[in-house]
Amino acid sequence: MFLFYFYQKFQKGLERMLSNYIKSIGQYFIMIYETFRRMTKTSELKRLILQELDDLIISSLGIVVFISFFIGAVIAIQTALNFSNPFVPKSLIGFAARQSIILEFAPTFVAIIMAGKVGSYITSSIGTMRVSEQIDALEVMGINSLNYLVFPKIIAMCMFPFVIAISMFVGIIGAYTASVYGGFLSSEQFLAGLQEDFIPFQVFYAFLKSFIFAIILATVPAFHGYYMKGGSLEVGHAATTSFVWTSVIIIFMNYFITQLLLS
Amino acid sequence: MIKVEDLHKSFEDLEVLRGVNTTFEKGKTNLIIGQSGSGKTVFLKCLLGLFTPDEGTILYNGKAYQNFSKNEKRELSKQMGMVFQGGALFDSMTVEENVVFPLKMFTKMTKGEMKNRVEEVLDRVNLVDTNDKFPSEISGGMQKRVSIARAIVNKPNFLFCDEPNSGLDPRTASVIDNLIQEITHENDITTVINTHDMNSVFEIGENILYLENGLKAWEGNKDNIYKTDNQKLTDFVYASNLFQKVRVTQREGL
Repeated sequence: MFLFYFYQKFQKGLERMLSNYIKSIGQYFIMIYETFRRMTKTSELKRLILQELDDLIISSLGIVVFISFFIGAVIAIQTALNFSNPFVPKSLIGFAARQSIILEFAPTFVAIIMAGKVGSYITSSIGTMRVSEQIDALEVMGINSLNYLVFPKIIAMCMFPFVIAISMFVGIIGAYTASVYGGFLSSEQFLAGLQEDFIPFQVFYAFLKSFIFAIILATVPAFHGYYMKGGSLEVGHAATTSFVWTSVIIIFMNYFITQLLLS
Repeated sequence: MIKVEDLHKSFEDLEVLRGVNTTFEKGKTNLIIGQSGSGKTVFLKCLLGLFTPDEGTILYNGKAYQNFSKNEKRELSKQMGMVFQGGALFDSMTVEENVVFPLKMFTKMTKGEMKNRVEEVLDRVNLVDTNDKFPSEISGGMQKRVSIARAIVNKPNFLFCDEPNSGLDPRTASVIDNLIQEITHENDITTVINTHDMNSVFEIGENILYLENGLKAWEGNKDNIYKTDNQKLTDFVYASNLFQKVRVTQREGL
């Protein structure tokens, strides 16, 4: 009797949860559609895009450069310490660092960091506008608030692959510095490994997925901020939820794109 | 003029508006009063087009909103000014940028013309030397005045105010009330104010709509509110001891 009661409760809860997820997915795609309708005045859009470029991209460069340099260095040290076999050429340290940084670290790891930095900023800024009726004020004026708020963020985030390019470059510099100045191999050996079996398509793959991550980074946090309900406490909740969902979607899409393009 | 006919609005099982009929006259300050949860804000949001009514008609200058084309709806929203309860000023913009915003978005004015118009409205709401300040750097009363300036900068035909003097001291609240009334008369616009403040009712209530449980329970003006025998309205209006004494004084003709 009890088991049946709990089973029924579990079933109802599951149904409600699934229905909420499906509703949210539908609402997300409607939001994307609405974002590209009824465009805001061009001069104002230009100003907003430049402002978002500054807030989302330029202000993230510092942390991206810092993290990339040290993670690149750690990748090189870890690889060097694990290559104890004398028959394995030392140039492989450069090769492994390049592959790790270009394929995974720069696009995916940096995207997760950006989900925390940029994603929570987007959710909390839009959520605060929702709570303080600023979004209603835009709507009353006859402005498409989604276009006004989300479109400039999407355009600004299209510059994300440039951040990834910088991250790749700095990451490799970090790997070079740690391995050469740490005494693991010579500069020539590192550079030889860096150029070994280079496949340009892998760089294309990395930039393609960073572009897709950029769209996710701009839209998923915006969705959580725009449709949030409640007060300032809920803005905090929305920012946390947005970070979790953005990370989950990025990791899933990473698997999906890798399976599609590399396997 | 705004005419509302048999307006209904529900949220899932909750019926908020249950057939409201009223007319908001041009050149008058029209007040909507009622207890919390009586449907005032939902009613105002229906008038603003933020909520779509389930049933009923809203006529703006004689034309039903449902019959407006998309372009006409956009034009109508440009004719509306709104003063939100919390001001709803854009945090990232200065006072001047907030006020100039509707002009930048919807007019082809030159920078000089915009500057003059902004100075004109800021002067009208008695705000000086605040142009470069951010909303967080000015007082609540000033924020309300900036909000009014932003609402009227585009010379709207309809002005909506959601509890414009909530959170303000009585003196500042009275200044805001009088300012809204003066602007209404000067520009001959239709003003609808959603309020809880009984001082506003007695000061600027040229047309008062009392909502109760989503229905119109009484309609009149500040002069005949003293004489009404509507028990629920009197319980609401004269809830405080001060207003009970005012009522006695008024009835006795003292």
